[in-house]
Amino acid sequence: MTLRETLPILGFLIGAVLVSLFVTSNVVLNFLVFTLILAIAAQGWNLLGGYGGQYSFGHAAFFGMGAYVSAILQQRFGVNAYPAVAFGIVAAALLGYAIGAMVFRAGLRGSYFALVTLAFAEVLRILANATEITGGAAGLLISLNLGAGNLQFANRSSFLIVGAVLLAIAMLITLALEKSRLGAQLVAVRENEAAAAALGVDILAVKLRAISLSAALTGAAGALYAQYFLYIDSNIAFGTWISVEALLAPIIGGAGTVFGPLIGALILQGLSESTKMLIGKIPGLDLIIFGALLILVVRFPLHRIPGLLAARWRDKGGA
Amino acid sequence: MGYPPEILLEAVANGLLMGAVYGLVALGLTLVYGVLHIINFAHGALLTLAMYAAYVAHGAFGLDPYAAMIPLAGLFFVLGYLVQRLVIGPASRGDDSNMLLVTLGLSIIIENAMLAIFRSDTMTIRVPYAMSMVELGDVLLSLPRLIGFGVTLLVALLLFLLMTRTDTGRAIRAVAKERTGAALVGIDVAHIYAVTFGIGTACLAIAACLLLPSFYVSPRVGNAFVLVAFTIVVLGGMGSVTGALLGGLFIGVVESLSGLYFGDSLGQIGIFLIFILVLLLRPTGLFGARA
Amino acid sequence: MSQIAFSRRQALLAAPALLAAPAIAQAQPRAIKLGIIQPVTGALAQDGEYGRLGAELAIADINAGGGIKALGGAPIEMVFGDARSTPDGGVAEVEKMQAEGVLAIVGGFASPICLAASQAASRYDLPYIVDVGVSDQIVSRGLTNTFRFGPGFGTVTATALDNLVAINDAAGKPSRTAVIVHEDGLFGSGMARLLNAELPKRGFQVLETISHPTPSRDMSNVALRIRALNPDLIIPSSYYAEFVLLSQTLQQRRIRPKGIYCILNGAASNFRFVREFPEAANLVMDCNHWADPRKPKTADLRRRVEAQNRFWLYNVPLNYSAVMLFADALERAGRADRAALIQALAATGPAFDSHIMPYGPTQFVNGQNQGGVPVNTQVQNGDIKVIFPRAFADAQPIYPVTG
Repeated sequence: MTLRETLPILGFLIGAVLVSLFVTSNVVLNFLVFTLILAIAAQGWNLLGGYGGQYSFGHAAFFGMGAYVSAILQQRFGVNAYPAVAFGIVAAALLGYAIGAMVFRAGLRGSYFALVTLAFAEVLRILANATEITGGAAGLLISLNLGAGNLQFANRSSFLIVGAVLLAIAMLITLALEKSRLGAQLVAVRENEAAAAALGVDILAVKLRAISLSAALTGAAGALYAQYFLYIDSNIAFGTWISVEALLAPIIGGAGTVFGPLIGALILQGLSESTKMLIGKIPGLDLIIFGALLILVVRFPLHRIPGLLAARWRDKGGA
Repeated sequence: MGYPPEILLEAVANGLLMGAVYGLVALGLTLVYGVLHIINFAHGALLTLAMYAAYVAHGAFGLDPYAAMIPLAGLFFVLGYLVQRLVIGPASRGDDSNMLLVTLGLSIIIENAMLAIFRSDTMTIRVPYAMSMVELGDVLLSLPRLIGFGVTLLVALLLFLLMTRTDTGRAIRAVAKERTGAALVGIDVAHIYAVTFGIGTACLAIAACLLLPSFYVSPRVGNAFVLVAFTIVVLGGMGSVTGALLGGLFIGVVESLSGLYFGDSLGQIGIFLIFILVLLLRPTGLFGARA
Repeated sequence: MSQIAFSRRQALLAAPALLAAPAIAQAQPRAIKLGIIQPVTGALAQDGEYGRLGAELAIADINAGGGIKALGGAPIEMVFGDARSTPDGGVAEVEKMQAEGVLAIVGGFASPICLAASQAASRYDLPYIVDVGVSDQIVSRGLTNTFRFGPGFGTVTATALDNLVAINDAAGKPSRTAVIVHEDGLFGSGMARLLNAELPKRGFQVLETISHPTPSRDMSNVALRIRALNPDLIIPSSYYAEFVLLSQTLQQRRIRPKGIYCILNGAASNFRFVREFPEAANLVMDCNHWADPRKPKTADLRRRVEAQNRFWLYNVPLNYSAVMLFADALERAGRADRAALIQALAATGPAFDSHIMPYGPTQFVNGQNQGGVPVNTQVQNGDIKVIFPRAFADAQPIYPVTG
């Protein structure tokens, strides 16, 4: 991984810092923070789905795990936010490994894999709604405790920086993966699993590493959500909404690319918010337009052009 | 907490009746998956659309849902055909993940169009037989549900015959198995895709007519059935008509019994746990072809 | 910039009251912007739509009555935001309303949305009046900007329990056994927990507690178990569609307990349910938010709602009253200033009478109106009557149900 290759990511980070310094509209800042949370979750999905070709429909399981473990540690055990978030990420990674161990060993792939992950997310959602420790149906409120030491900030721009840093780290991890042997093996598994196995790739190990890493990133997004909104319940943490967001964004923005999730998240959220401004007396009209735009974006992926150009630039520079 | 046999019997019976409807909803989904290899995100919304159609048929034309079944099935066949031919096909250009997105976009459009037109209220129809019960020994069964069960079996049989005895059915199976080969022997693949989608949507129309007398309609009513339908499709094996039907009945009974023992909320876990277990043990589902 | 232009357009579209305001050219005092957040798309769209309606009617009435007199007759201008049935959607709307310069926000409906939105509003010391959301956590976070006029979950369940005992006692204690059916969300689960703890102490036996998800596809097994247990009372706490399914299933199987006593039920205090299912609805009792039947404005409001082909239920009077609270506090504050408004809201007392809820004297403690209580209703002859407490009742309870 050369410095030249990391330049776009650094560029993004600098851009985010500039935005946080100069943009004062809280509407915009809030929009960006939420989009970044989604982008981080999507970056996680992208590792497994975009690079690995294993489409998960249940990434909410990891999002929720990160969110709940982090929140429970803070609220019920008085743990400081930073280690709590770290534990949340680890817990999500462990969950990813556990699910992967069961599912990949059984040879599930394709749509079967997608739907079994959905089932896992649903099981967790139902459990979280019913058990005491997660707050059950009432959900979990993280006590307001402003201060950098508690990872809670009075102003949105600080959250923006935190989110941007997390996303940048996620993107660096993705880039490192792209360049690494694991990444090559992952792509090999995606393109032709049988051939990869024939070449001596340990399919199971590769997939397990991928899903654990993927889960960790999405878990981080969940923990960040909890810190930002300070309230989660089973539908927020494990609901299908986040599974869908996590997979929509990379597919739209470009699966298997470093910036795909961010671009996709920006497009989706941007479309969603701008159509919202068109609401009148008739509810639903704005979402109809959003749905139509979604289909159009799929049909005419103009937004892929920058990515194609960037790839061309990179190829010219590289060996 | 043991239950007396009459209760268990009736719970199983209820599960079978409900499962039949699930199976019918899953039928369309499994066909679409088996042939087009896409997970149709718009399935729930199409069911919602069909239920509104049945509602309007009753309200505006005085058509009893059972009488509306055949005309609506025909109408929705055409609708499904056109949607695949004119929207999903061209927009996704064969790419699987694009199809996911397009069907998702479609589901958003349909759900919110219903919201915009009919508002968000939960609506129902009154039919004279909605309250009728049939007594089979100690067991009380709902008449509309029994009719639903019968119709579902009939539809499954018809579909099975279609797939095995007709040219169209053979063409569908050919495309499902080997698309390029099918195209090479002169089968119009785009047409077959659209026909399959149309059949799937027609099944939804029938399911909607069967559901409406004892259920309700709202902009999100279809969503309640989607997850279960997906579960059944995978359980029964994607592309298998028999699998969808039997899977539906099985899931219906599982849901019913686990609801009885763990409460309806926690009992929903039963469905997903069984689903996970079956997949771990038999990855292609009970009746499915290899993945 | 263009965002303000769009928002202004949406405010104009959504506030027909502005057309009713006197069209005098210059001396028009500046309109007071009131943010209304409701989930009008997504899973909660049904309730959100009615919440918006209640707010619209209140604003129309205030403006028709000459606006805020203490501010020279300034009219109220609604700035509407769709929460899209998610907490983040609510927060996004709060930010937009803050940018619009609203003086206060009313609404939210669902507890998660209210929690997130009121929290976001507190950053700007923006007064937030919760319309429905019953979670007790809403008013126990120490946020000075958050107010709730209606009762919270604890009050509702305690009152429901007390009233049940009172009604049962008054009828000669015909019921001893009960089956609880509840949705597995916030209020359903919490309510079931409380009832399981308290009912035995009051002489009842809970035969079984049945929890169901929302949405539910089928209530046959619930009805099956109820039939097997044969309780005196069924206590359902569910959303609209699920209770429709349950009551229909009960009717189908001819299960007629001595009483169906609902708590915070989405259908039992909803005229659509009563109109569409007269037999299933008949004599069903509910302990819920409901408008005060004695106030003349209630009947008037109901007529206006029904004239729009909508149905009368609790979201409209609650939101109506919440907006009236805002206006009343603003009159007392005397200036369009948030801090003053918060102070005035906190100081609201029994003199506040432009609301139409059957509450005790208004008094806010930590943002919660102590006077807020649910009342008991019963469907009788195709109408929803208030049967308890006596002070607000316009009918006697028909209980136990015989035959």
